[in-house]
Amino acid sequence: MLPVENVTQPFTQLPAVSLISQSRPSGFIIHVTPWSLTNQQADAVSPTPAIMVVNSVHWFRKCLRLHDNPALQEALNGADTVRCVYILDPWFAGAANVGINRWRFLLEALEDLDNSLKKLNSRLFVVRGQPTEVFPRLFKEWNVTRLTFEYDPEPYGKERDGAIIKMAQEFGVEAVIRNSHTLYNLDRIIEMNNNSPPLTFKRFQTIVSRLELPRRPLPPITRQQMDKCHTQIGENHDLLYSIPSLEELGFRTEDLSPAVWRGGESEALDRLNKHLDKKVWVANLEHPRVNTCSLYASPTGLSPYLRFGCLSCRVLYYNLRELYMKLRKRCSPPLSLFGQLLWREFFYTAATNNPNFDRMEGNPICVQIPWDQNPEALAKWAEGRTGFPWIDAIMTQLRQEGWIHHLARHAVACFLTRGDLWISWESGMKVFEELLLDADWSVNAGSWMWLSCSAFFQQFFHCYCPVGFGRRTDPSGDYIRRYIPILKDYPNRYIYEPWNAPESLQKAANCVVGVDYPKPMINHAEGSRLNIERMKQVYQQLSHYRGLSLLASVPTIQEEAEPPMTDESQTSSGPGRRRPD
Amino acid sequence: MKRGRTGLKSICQTFPSHEEKVKRQKWAPSSFSLTPMQDWGNLPHHIILQIFQHLSLVDRARASSVCRCWNDVFHTPDLWRRFEFELNQPATSYLRSTHPDLIQQIIKKHAQHLQYVSFKVDSCTESAEAACDILSQLVNCTIKTLGLISTARPSFMDVSQAHFVSALTVVFVNSKSLSSIKIDDTPVDDPSLKVLVANNSDTLKLLKMSSCPHVSPAGILCVADQCHGLRELALNYHLLSDELLLALSTEKHVHLEHLRIDVVSENPGQTHFHTIKRSSWEALVRHSPKVNIVMYFFLYEEEFEPFFCEETPVTHLYFGRAVSKEMLGRIGLNCPRLVELVVCANGLEPLDEELIRIAQRCKSLTAIGLGECEVTCSGFVEFVKMCGGRLTQLSIMEEVLIPDSSYNLEQIHSEVSKHLGRMWFPDMMPTW
Repeated sequence: MLPVENVTQPFTQLPAVSLISQSRPSGFIIHVTPWSLTNQQADAVSPTPAIMVVNSVHWFRKCLRLHDNPALQEALNGADTVRCVYILDPWFAGAANVGINRWRFLLEALEDLDNSLKKLNSRLFVVRGQPTEVFPRLFKEWNVTRLTFEYDPEPYGKERDGAIIKMAQEFGVEAVIRNSHTLYNLDRIIEMNNNSPPLTFKRFQTIVSRLELPRRPLPPITRQQMDKCHTQIGENHDLLYSIPSLEELGFRTEDLSPAVWRGGESEALDRLNKHLDKKVWVANLEHPRVNTCSLYASPTGLSPYLRFGCLSCRVLYYNLRELYMKLRKRCSPPLSLFGQLLWREFFYTAATNNPNFDRMEGNPICVQIPWDQNPEALAKWAEGRTGFPWIDAIMTQLRQEGWIHHLARHAVACFLTRGDLWISWESGMKVFEELLLDADWSVNAGSWMWLSCSAFFQQFFHCYCPVGFGRRTDPSGDYIRRYIPILKDYPNRYIYEPWNAPESLQKAANCVVGVDYPKPMINHAEGSRLNIERMKQVYQQLSHYRGLSLLASVPTIQEEAEPPMTDESQTSSGPGRRRPD
Repeated sequence: MKRGRTGLKSICQTFPSHEEKVKRQKWAPSSFSLTPMQDWGNLPHHIILQIFQHLSLVDRARASSVCRCWNDVFHTPDLWRRFEFELNQPATSYLRSTHPDLIQQIIKKHAQHLQYVSFKVDSCTESAEAACDILSQLVNCTIKTLGLISTARPSFMDVSQAHFVSALTVVFVNSKSLSSIKIDDTPVDDPSLKVLVANNSDTLKLLKMSSCPHVSPAGILCVADQCHGLRELALNYHLLSDELLLALSTEKHVHLEHLRIDVVSENPGQTHFHTIKRSSWEALVRHSPKVNIVMYFFLYEEEFEPFFCEETPVTHLYFGRAVSKEMLGRIGLNCPRLVELVVCANGLEPLDEELIRIAQRCKSLTAIGLGECEVTCSGFVEFVKMCGGRLTQLSIMEEVLIPDSSYNLEQIHSEVSKHLGRMWFPDMMPTW
């Protein structure tokens, strides 16, 4: 029998800590090339108990990979049969706020898993329905004794999983959960910060720097491991458990252009190798300054793969670390090397205990700002019809491809919220949720709050100009021409502000503003002037600051970078609690 | 301060047990005792008043329907000195609106008690019109403070000018003791300002009217000429004139404390900005040596020509768009009183020289904010060495600092912290 701590208890009493596996004596992997590595892991597996037959089900949700998958390893550990399932509700697909690119990415990832499992003489079981109805059926049909899945730190995930664990208990099914979606144990970080999540990135980095290194990634599961728990695949497998197509989910695919970002673990690992090679070639492990090229989708970009779990964040972490130590011959890399990973971790930590993290009302860390409600303006922004080519090009790229550079995100987020349109960040967040491949719930909501100056207290004086910022980022204007082809004949001088071009030029370029391309939907100078006043009003109420200084009107969170104080002092009335009257 | 959100319910729940104890002590168990609610009703007015002052308006309103006594207290004039009318339409705002019945009650019973009044409206014209309707009815009032605030798009501008002006003049005429008025982004005009002045010239201390396009320089000059107690003024640059500055500096005038000027352009090259004579500025500063002069610029880069060519006594400068390197150089030369400088964006050339000059010449500088500019790390350290001791606010976006041979991003923060005397980090934005 497996150790007692793996047997499930009521979820609410069960801190994730107790289920985190101890670091195993297995060797770590630097470059993960699938299927070719020895797995000391397999030898460490405890012998199958003589009395009870162990039928495992591993439930894929995120973590769509076979490498560094401790929960899957637990499924195989001493099992007689193993089935890997993914649960999907096609009816829900239509209702959910998920666009076609995200579905396609997910389906490709599932297909990749299926192919990888085929090589191990198994298959992926895609079960249609909702987990609460699917599991009772499967538990009975397959005589399941063990259910394994990766720990989901997001509030909605914790609630869903709590219900499933309870249900499993009722069926006498052992539930085994392992943490592999984040680098660290998030509860530990919170604990080390006086039981509250760090609200500044610097503080977060300080705490993380005091932790032990993240747990080493595990190697992928092997054929040998699978052979020990071989499961017969029925002839009707493809009939019952196949991966749905986009059409089945209700999407029209006639005009769909090929995916710029291919989903799946194989693609992820391939990209990882290229990503590391590029770092070596560039010999620059620091954050590169943005240039025009960065705006386009990169063949070494990894963020969507981290979000879906096609790539393990720990694998990326350790690869970067080893590479740095090899190139720089120094002891430890600076935290800035892991920038992207740590931001992700930061937002996951901030969100894990806050079910209202993705909204303004009822969210203790979110400033209550009197945003405007304007569905027409929101639609123009979402569909790239604002009349500002820089904004429209970015939103077009987002809708077509599913990814935009982080500075592009700053530009459109600022434009929608505190910069120009004064529309709530929640609306922007939902659009990103639909279109953006790497939009984790926590990271997306957190970033929108940050960019709209609704939380984490950013100085709001800095406003991105929809003309100037674009022009400084890409003086050539090629990015605009690529995504807004109707403007391609405009000269650089006017391509960011076509409405200022003389009429003769507009006609010569075959694109008259107001006819072929929309007029600018707002006067930016006016808009930003009003908005800075609004923000000032809101923030001065928070901090009771009545002076003239624009900078001082933002209350700074007094988090020390050194040892934590006894209480995390924030503004006297707490951030943004709206006082209704 | 946090207003107690403890609703009456919780107070009621804790009290009875104490009340029970008191009853048992005072009366024999067999006698019929007064019910707790009657005892509650007999509390002295000033105690109920104190309790009510801790309650939100909603809770107070609910409490007022409990009994006549509490209803009387609810209508005590003291509770109605300060009121903020919130006017929002569900289609345009997430915020709740002040209940129309309550508004009616206030107009009927408390118009004469109101002293500090503000109207918060959303972007819908209806809301602004409702505000004007209320204003028109505040006939018997002695309002001291009036604020018209748009929480989103300025909807007062969509109301018919005639309607707005007539509503506003009701208050101007009837109050006779207005001291503080905020009417930014409204269609107020010269005649209404004349009415304001005619009735309130002795008491007016603060006037904020940025972005009021129907006012002319003559209109505001009239205010400066007559209202000698004026201490704070906010307006747009096109209303600023030499005459205005001189009028604010006459012997009869009190010291001016704050002067805020918004400089906004419509389209590049289409607005011509006049210059203010150096002598007018000097007169102002001579008369009010401690005056804060706050300037907010929302211009295109080409439009900065007329500004800061001569010494200008500005104290707080904000650039809402890109500002040229040259302009920042001029600021270093000609703004000796500068206290705060905030630059939204510049360009792709390092601003080292300009910053260092500002550190040298602007001895009163205590706050600086830079976004979307470029400064080399060495240049930045040089700057902080010179004025770090007096900087209370140093807000630099991380992307601004360019690592060079002397410092990289890791080292810069400790070096700067050293010179500032406290822990400092640049401002960050999430990268994902």
